[in-house]
Amino acid sequence: MTSPTRAARWGATIAPIALAVVVAVVLLLLAGANPLESFKLMGEGAFSGWTKTGITLMAWVPLVLAAAGLIITFNAGLWNIGIEGQIILGGIAASWAAREVGGPGWVVVPTVIVVGALGGMLWALLAGVLKTRFKVNEIFGGLGLDFVAASLAVYLVIGPWSRQGVASTSGTDLFRDEALLPTVSENNKLSLVAIALAIAAVIFVFYLMKGTLFGLRLKAVGRNARSAFLLGIPTTRYMLGAFALCGLLAGIAGAMQAIGFHFKLIPAISGGYGFLGILVVLLAAFRAAWIAPIALFFVVMSRGSTQLDLRLSVDSALGGVITGILVLLVIMGGGWQLRRRLKREAPA
Amino acid sequence: MILAATWSEFWGAWGDVFTAASLASMVAASGPLIYATVGETITEKAGVINLSLEGSIMLSAMTGFGTAFLVNNVLIGFLAAAAVGAAIAALIAFASIELRLDQIAIGFVMTLLAVDLSDYLGNRFVGEAGPAVSAWPIPGLSDIPWIGKVLFDHNVSVYGSFLLVVVAYIFMYRTRSGLELQGIGERPEGAFARGVAVNKMRYFYTILGGALVGVAGAAFSLDQKLGWREGSTRNLGWIALAIVIFGGWHPIRVAIGAFLFGFLQVVALKMQPVFPGLSQVLPSIPFPMMILALVVVYTDWFRRLGDRYPRLRGILAADPPSGIGVAFHPE
Repeated sequence: MTSPTRAARWGATIAPIALAVVVAVVLLLLAGANPLESFKLMGEGAFSGWTKTGITLMAWVPLVLAAAGLIITFNAGLWNIGIEGQIILGGIAASWAAREVGGPGWVVVPTVIVVGALGGMLWALLAGVLKTRFKVNEIFGGLGLDFVAASLAVYLVIGPWSRQGVASTSGTDLFRDEALLPTVSENNKLSLVAIALAIAAVIFVFYLMKGTLFGLRLKAVGRNARSAFLLGIPTTRYMLGAFALCGLLAGIAGAMQAIGFHFKLIPAISGGYGFLGILVVLLAAFRAAWIAPIALFFVVMSRGSTQLDLRLSVDSALGGVITGILVLLVIMGGGWQLRRRLKREAPA
Repeated sequence: MILAATWSEFWGAWGDVFTAASLASMVAASGPLIYATVGETITEKAGVINLSLEGSIMLSAMTGFGTAFLVNNVLIGFLAAAAVGAAIAALIAFASIELRLDQIAIGFVMTLLAVDLSDYLGNRFVGEAGPAVSAWPIPGLSDIPWIGKVLFDHNVSVYGSFLLVVVAYIFMYRTRSGLELQGIGERPEGAFARGVAVNKMRYFYTILGGALVGVAGAAFSLDQKLGWREGSTRNLGWIALAIVIFGGWHPIRVAIGAFLFGFLQVVALKMQPVFPGLSQVLPSIPFPMMILALVVVYTDWFRRLGDRYPRLRGILAADPPSGIGVAFHPE
């Protein structure tokens, strides 16, 4: 084996991260901000005080749920760009349940979450059927369904579910208290139910991909659908299964957004966590164990740069720029290593 | 939708859609979409998917306006925008061809990155008033009643979009190089066997297509919605990607798709008093249309219809280039 040495492997992991830090420092200097002070402010923006920490963690939950779902579809070789729409549909379905289902909290909240999950699953299966039955590429089918879902959310917010007398895009009425996730304290969004769901999702996906026949076969489908089919794996059913599970988790993410973060339906209910989740999974190289810490890093960057905007008036898009450059450098670094290995191994 | 309208209001608004002024605004508004869709058509014909359109257009719109604002020159703004689009496309081609990375992955990352970059770097241009493409009614032609107003009372940016459609069509279907372009997208192995430098050509057409996508950004910020603010071109890139598919990778049909979308926008604008909320929902319309087009092409009855009337099939729909999205390696 001509595998690279341990030092070289570490170098390949550290180099893109170091480069991304350098880029971040340059961007901050260009904006006239002190980099060290800025990094400190970003950390404080995400974690100073329980209220802020609560918000950060509640932003982490839907991102982890989305990324966990995407691990499944990516391993099946599917580009589930429709995840954004699946989160939105989850949010819409959850909002419907939160508005319609009556009773005490311990009945309503689980019902809302299940209905949200089913909403996301339905939307994912639609993309799945378009792909398996009608040969519509999941990227374009999913993208299309994203926009349809987003329009549906806007329509509901300004139309049938608009607040009494006003049709504004700021959202529906707040849900009743029984429909909201129980929080740790009065003025903190943090909900242990949400955190538990996110952790459960990571464990579930990790186990599914590592320790089950379903996961193993799904990977075979992802590697080479045709060979998998010839080996007797019902590829269509496996692909639909991957879509359904991903949609389920995305739907829960939407439900968390609705009853755990905004407490109402807003047009941008997905919070962009679907697309961001794709970046998380790309950076994690499709491994479930990495998504929780990477998602936390993404959320800290985003929450922290909002703080930077307020305090140093450095545009809050900086967080997105830094994470974007990091992902770009890491995957290009991976490609570069592969290229060098292929060159070395190629017969002279 | 809240139906507070009477029939007479509805017909009044419908009539307003077809005035020369409103159709002229439709033609002008389609300009950026035409640059982007024809550019992406060229790229995809060569077998490469540049998924980054949403980000490319956004960043080039910002760069185009920002540069034109700083140097007070529209042409340099357009060139800078084209350079940004070309650079992103070159990166995607490099990552796909040299590093063997997934075109979708790199395109997707560039989408999100370019959107955030436009937001971050464009901060200082928000709210500034800068130069714009100046009007230039074509002498003589613009005096033709109605048609002159609709088609020939615009500016160089809009005429350029007409010209691009015609040139792209002639190039693709009437020249040897154009056939070669289709060859490297349909059957790269075959083209390679005939001595075509497939990857070199893919670099070329991806960068050319990317430059046109960049021009689309400038055509937006220097001609349509003047100036820059965060998210100025939101959804334009995704819509362009949908229209390329809806138009079946054919420059003329793609342009018709862009006009159709412009037409829907005008309809939404005029119907706003009759159907409030329509303009909120409208941007999603190309997507169900795209999905429908893809589904219809696949159905049995359409295949049978196409076998019986080949001409009809040619007009209505097309399959994607078969080598699309797959990197080609000579070994």
